[in-house]
Amino acid sequence: MVEAIAGRDYRGLVSSVDQTEPPRPGLPPGPVDTPPPAPAIRASLHVLAGLPLSITGWTMVVGVPVAVWYWPVWRLMYGHVGYGPLSDWPITPVLLVLAAGLTLLVLPARIRAATRWQRLRFRYLLAVELPPPPPTRAGRPIDRLVREWTAPGTWRQFLYHAVAPLPAAMAAVAVPVCWLLAPPFAPRAAGALADADAARAGALLGPSLAEEMARQLAELAHSRAEVIAATDAERRRIERDLHDGAQQRLVSLAMKLGLARTTLTDIPEPARRTLDEAHDELKAALAELRGFVRGLHPPILDDRGLDAALSAVTANCPVPVRLRVRVADRCAPAVEAVAYFVVCEALTNVAKHARASRAEVDVERTGDRLRIVVSDDGCGGARLDGHVRLDGDARHDIGDRLDGAGPVGAAGTGLRGLARRASAVDGTLSIVSPTSGPTRITVELPCGW
Amino acid sequence: MRVVIAEDSVLLREGLVQLLNAFEIAVVAAVADADSLLLATAEHQPDLVIVDVRMPPTYTDEGIRAALAVRQRWPRTGIVVLSQYVEERYAVDLLSTWSSGVGYLLKDRVADVADFVAALRRVAVGGTALDPEVVAQLLQRRANPIDRLTGRELDVIQLMAEGRSNTAIATALRISPSAVEKHVNSIFTKLDLPPADTDHRRVLAVLSYLHAH
Repeated sequence: MVEAIAGRDYRGLVSSVDQTEPPRPGLPPGPVDTPPPAPAIRASLHVLAGLPLSITGWTMVVGVPVAVWYWPVWRLMYGHVGYGPLSDWPITPVLLVLAAGLTLLVLPARIRAATRWQRLRFRYLLAVELPPPPPTRAGRPIDRLVREWTAPGTWRQFLYHAVAPLPAAMAAVAVPVCWLLAPPFAPRAAGALADADAARAGALLGPSLAEEMARQLAELAHSRAEVIAATDAERRRIERDLHDGAQQRLVSLAMKLGLARTTLTDIPEPARRTLDEAHDELKAALAELRGFVRGLHPPILDDRGLDAALSAVTANCPVPVRLRVRVADRCAPAVEAVAYFVVCEALTNVAKHARASRAEVDVERTGDRLRIVVSDDGCGGARLDGHVRLDGDARHDIGDRLDGAGPVGAAGTGLRGLARRASAVDGTLSIVSPTSGPTRITVELPCGW
Repeated sequence: MRVVIAEDSVLLREGLVQLLNAFEIAVVAAVADADSLLLATAEHQPDLVIVDVRMPPTYTDEGIRAALAVRQRWPRTGIVVLSQYVEERYAVDLLSTWSSGVGYLLKDRVADVADFVAALRRVAVGGTALDPEVVAQLLQRRANPIDRLTGRELDVIQLMAEGRSNTAIATALRISPSAVEKHVNSIFTKLDLPPADTDHRRVLAVLSYLHAH
């Protein structure tokens, strides 16, 4: 029962040890002196083992330091009485330095050792896994020491070990007494005491709330990166499949229809008209499919980078676009993809809504930041949703507004999608677009994301 | 006219062979990758090679690189590159060193079989065949010098870049050949193209945009 459960959900687990199993069919009800279920024994053993362990832990983290400091402090306070303050110079300072040095160097390690032993007790006797606090980051020894002394986890562990002997002693007395005087209640009592110990240990020996949040945040960031990479890979795969499959087939079909149209000159007029229409429609479908497939993921982006990929985009924009790309080193593929689609979306917006006579796209990499500026001389008034001007710091609002539903204009939809793409790779987006124009969209992305 | 085709899609490769045979063009070899293309070209010495941009093993720009290799070794062989999308960068690669006997067309263009075959014949005898989309991209990229051209001159240079003759341009724009001649000379002047006695001044007019970049 208890053994089967691992992980952090230890609260309330131990109290489940007294739940009796359903009677097995074909067996008579158990005699009165049935041996207690194994979990109750383990909970009792856990409680009993707590006493020597907690006393050892207390000795390591409280007893030894107190003993080490006792002599020099006593000498410092009372040593001069009867002998004069400098009579035993330099013994007191030397003892003080020794005590300080020993404490400074050894105490955090002792605390962690005591915690390790307690963790083993919880694991093997109670089948409760106490999550370890985050490891001290590597660095120079002095830095590690400072980090250990300043880590809140160190002092929460210290607190546990400093007070542990008291509850451990009471429990270690109470459980045998229960077994002797009121055996039917002993499993319940042992369970409750082990449970309380587990709760205390979980709060003080595991990671703090902040550390746990930091860990989950890192995990989230990691899984988001994986999701984005997987999405990119999927788009590439679909592009490739369509390119190798449907597109080739349709081109081949269009070629055959074209051949028929050219060579079959003596067919009846209705048939000829149908053939012509089919051929024209197929060509239109091909052009549409080509636009769609290219929009999925342009292969030239992987092959030649942003400059080459954006050249085609700016060239196909109905508004004249001046493109400037100053990117010496390629960025991460996910970032290049975001930059590419941001420019596509922004130029689509310019063409649809801005009534601009010209536009500029400026892409520049400075250090590990990629800055994309798309500006036009159009009518302005671009917005994400409603007449909202959004800057980088307010980008967190985007998500809320997205979920807010309600009718949104086409302009808003495109720009919001763009903002979402940017923030997906920890980028920022800002729009400056007064109602009389001009509009300027700035996107900043980290290159190495 | 003898042709070698390099295209990794079986369907399209067979279709092209069928198409060219229908127009009495001899396909001496049809292969599926760049290496085989070079072997076949060495063996058959064709007048023209038709090559797909995306081929094994990396499916990026094998076709462009193969075309450049063919051109380097057999400068008199015409090259038509077919691609699912036109990319200005590939066009620059293809055209910046040589300006004659080169074509770069969207695959979709094979649907208009007569135009396509005419483009092949043009390239085989040293002409050019650039997809209108390629031309548009190249011209867009050269936005500044083009500002100096009038709308009509833009029409003319666009058709010129596709490899059309003065007569064809005149027909397409419904103006007289002498008017076309006037526009062409005006374009040369505005682009500071010195008079030269090469056969390909017209293509140089388009390429000058590239080199000015």
